[in-house]
Amino acid sequence: MYSFDFERPTTVADAVAALSKEEAQALGGGQTLIPTLKQRLASPSVLVSLSAIEEIKGVCNDGGVLNIGGGTCHADVAAAAASDFPALAKLAGNIGDPAVRSRGTIGGSLANNDPSACYPSAALGTGATIVTNTREIAADDYFQGMFTTALEEGEIITAVKMPIPEKAAYIKFEQPASRFSLVGVFVTKGADGVRVAVTGASEDGVFRWTEAEVALNGNFDASALDGLSVSGDGMISDLHGSGDYRAHLVAVLTKRAVTEANG
Amino acid sequence: MPKDNGIGASPKRREDVRFLTGAGQYTDDINVHGQTYVHFLRSDVAHGTINKIDTAAASEMPGVVRIFTGADFEGVGGLPCGWQVTDKDGNPMKEPAHPVLAQGKVRHVGDPIAAIVAESLEEARNAAEAIELDIDELPAAVDMKAALQAGAPLVHDDLGDNLCYDWQFGTDTETVDKAFAEAAHVTTLELRNNRLVANPMEPRVAVGDYARANDESTLYTTSQNPHVIRLLMGAFVLGIPEHKLRVVAPDVGGGFGTKIFHYAEEAFVTFASRQLNRPVKWTSTRSEAFMSDAHGRDHVTTIQLALDADNNFTALRTDTHANMGAYLSTFASCTPTWLHGTLMAGNYKTPAVQVNVKAVFTNTVPVDAYRGAGRPEATFSLERLVDKAARELGVDPVALRRQNFITQFPYATPVAVEYDTGDYNATMDTLEKMVDRAGFEERRKEAAARGKLRGLGVNCYIEACGIAPSNLVGQLGARAGLYDAATVRVNATGSISVMVGAHSHGQGHETVFPQVVAEMLGIDESMVDIVHGDTSKIPFGMGTYGSRSLAVCGSAMVRATEKIINKAKKIAAHLLEASEGDIELKDGQFSVAGTDKSVAWGDVTLAAYVPHNYPLEDIEPGLEETAFYDPANFTYPSGAYACELEVDPETGKIEIIQFAAADDFGNVVNPMIVEGQVHGGLAQGIGQAMLENCAYDENGQLLSASYMDYAMPRASDVPFYKVDHSNVTPCTHNPLGVKGCGEAGAIGSPPALVNAVLDALNGGGYDVAHIDMPMSPSRVWQAMQG
Repeated sequence: MYSFDFERPTTVADAVAALSKEEAQALGGGQTLIPTLKQRLASPSVLVSLSAIEEIKGVCNDGGVLNIGGGTCHADVAAAAASDFPALAKLAGNIGDPAVRSRGTIGGSLANNDPSACYPSAALGTGATIVTNTREIAADDYFQGMFTTALEEGEIITAVKMPIPEKAAYIKFEQPASRFSLVGVFVTKGADGVRVAVTGASEDGVFRWTEAEVALNGNFDASALDGLSVSGDGMISDLHGSGDYRAHLVAVLTKRAVTEANG
Repeated sequence: MPKDNGIGASPKRREDVRFLTGAGQYTDDINVHGQTYVHFLRSDVAHGTINKIDTAAASEMPGVVRIFTGADFEGVGGLPCGWQVTDKDGNPMKEPAHPVLAQGKVRHVGDPIAAIVAESLEEARNAAEAIELDIDELPAAVDMKAALQAGAPLVHDDLGDNLCYDWQFGTDTETVDKAFAEAAHVTTLELRNNRLVANPMEPRVAVGDYARANDESTLYTTSQNPHVIRLLMGAFVLGIPEHKLRVVAPDVGGGFGTKIFHYAEEAFVTFASRQLNRPVKWTSTRSEAFMSDAHGRDHVTTIQLALDADNNFTALRTDTHANMGAYLSTFASCTPTWLHGTLMAGNYKTPAVQVNVKAVFTNTVPVDAYRGAGRPEATFSLERLVDKAARELGVDPVALRRQNFITQFPYATPVAVEYDTGDYNATMDTLEKMVDRAGFEERRKEAAARGKLRGLGVNCYIEACGIAPSNLVGQLGARAGLYDAATVRVNATGSISVMVGAHSHGQGHETVFPQVVAEMLGIDESMVDIVHGDTSKIPFGMGTYGSRSLAVCGSAMVRATEKIINKAKKIAAHLLEASEGDIELKDGQFSVAGTDKSVAWGDVTLAAYVPHNYPLEDIEPGLEETAFYDPANFTYPSGAYACELEVDPETGKIEIIQFAAADDFGNVVNPMIVEGQVHGGLAQGIGQAMLENCAYDENGQLLSASYMDYAMPRASDVPFYKVDHSNVTPCTHNPLGVKGCGEAGAIGSPPALVNAVLDALNGGGYDVAHIDMPMSPSRVWQAMQG
């Protein structure tokens, strides 16, 4: 990697200040950024590690809303959500391997918005609120396409507030090599109705399958999805599957997620 | 009772103590005082003309010692190919120059253009970015069949086309044509044997160290065969005589074939260390490994089987395109010919077999031997074809195989080899019991009730190990002998060091070889150690590949130990004042037959080195013997494999339920290690069949260039295996009666998996004739869409 300065602030305020420097880059758990640096594909002048900021770590159930610090690693989310929000715990507990889960953070994942990452589907599927050092952003407004989000330069995700749905399930169909999601579907049924969020499939990143949501609002049962399908147009097509295959999996996995959510 | 010592025992692997405690000494652990580091600037285009390489600014960068380009290697030899294949018209194969650093053109992504030697790796990488390259990208030859069309881009302009050779072998065309014309049924199959990247856990490393005081070079390298590297690099590339060149291959973390070959980086560090009078070290990154380690497989084949009205096989014909990549790697030319064509008869008494192979240059990484080397390709083609024939004819695939099995041995095939022993029905009998084949249809019904498609795939295999008789391979084009060698050095107090030409990089030689010597002498195996991997210590042996170590080097070790025993008996006869012919060796004691007079092993060895009471007029002091062993034939392990699995019809995802392997490896020295070898081979076979796919795009860019896209088998991808090696037909021509077990798992398993998926799909009403590997969920689902 290229040489860079390294800062490890202990408060959000200090991190924001450090990130105001030219070519500064925030470092969450580093599970994407460090390999990128090692391949010399990025050359920040300052790397600002968020790992020492205790105020953005931890999980608490705040009256039915899971408030997850942006710096919380996947393993901690999996442990903390196990009883209150098992679908989220399952998602977090199946990201990467134990080393990845002990370093990677929810804030880092959402800020990166990899089109095959798991967390964006949970945020969108629960109608979460992304909390930053300056504002709160609804998940529906936050995800703006592959690797693109509403975050401004230097803005830090301090927390993610996820309403705990009445019913939920996440089904991930793994890409065989990376074990990222080839397609992943997060389905919830909550006070505001059903949400179906799909990751891994679309060239535009995570998206809501609104047709399925309408059908499931009428009848939250897999049979309500009979005959529904998404188009392969605009779906990712690569070595591991065509757009049509991914579109097919969206329908299959959504049904399975509904069945699992119904227990 | 299982034995706890000697042949047939399963002592724990003694090498694991250092491997599992982090005490292994790998090449990257070797650091030489004053060493420099080299970074290779590699081509990022598949094909291009080098107009200019400007290193002026880069040479001024901090820490740079020197930057080398192809121009520095003018007059230096290129990397040689070790096997001359002759085409069907009697002409030698085309053999392009293979420079250490690219000259004039780059020919694949990863082709080294410049080598930056610096005080640190970071400084070398920094300087690489300051090199100004002017390369005109050219259209690339990627698809083999397209590369043979007129007007295709030429990988090597001076060769005129991209055909390395057009080889034909076996039964004559007229006979084969007649058999097909008279056939009651002909089955035809087109298939691809997918390109693989070997991916040993330890990437390649090379350290060149030159001692100016005595003009000696040492190369530390990740090799399966240090003497082969010394010979090839010394004689063909750098012109260094053997006595001034030492090659050391210390602990090596897996080879799988890809560390047989002589690579440019080895020649570079040796050359540069002499130029600079400084040690030079190179450690491959995983990314470099993907684009510079020789790849494996990559055949496209059309294969046809003719059957008579009684379903007897009457003729077989194959037509294969084999990818050579951009240059000829060390044994690239023989893998699709002599290691593939000679196995095409398989386990069957088909009277006419003809093999046709076109070897093709493309703008891709060179392709060479990978675990099984040619034999997996032959087995896959044949065993897929026989299964397809059974389905077309509506007959049981196992019964069709049994009907056509060779049952009389020795058996001379139409493709030149003579199988010495085997019992193919016996391994198939064992296999059918292991997987409860009789109960399968019930299990299929039970799975169907759960919405799953269950399939059972079976195949058999035959392979050839223990390469090979030198006079034969010499006639076939090998540029080396293929014997091996061992020196048994008995020390004064009776302990033994055995210096062997074979190299252990996962096989467990350090455990197994002493079991043999201990058995022969009747002493404890803890008294015997193996020395390997250093040309300054070991006799000139050819190394480890092709499951040859025990069959060839082990035989040399047996011969040397026999010499030791003969000499020791002379000494014992002297000490016991008896006739040599009356001396018997048992349990480490030399005794006079029919008496209670005896002398212990240690007393005899001590007498050899302290010869106060010794027949000096008849024999020399000391107790050390060397033997070279050149095998009389290949060995022919065989067996039958089965895979039972379920397909999720909604997603195409496969779940393996059970996998069974019934092998005949001849005699087995260490059953535990044999099982481990089979397990490893099966994991790689399952990897090939289900996961691994080295893919290029039409421009020659490597699409699966990292673990993000190249799927290696992980623990959760493979089942708990059932393995059996209780059927033993010993090899008739080596002293241990052993055949070899290292590659069988990788050879025998892919067809079982594909046959099982097709059984599942067809059993579920999907009319699918074939699926190419790897059978990813998307491919299986696509096949089911019709």
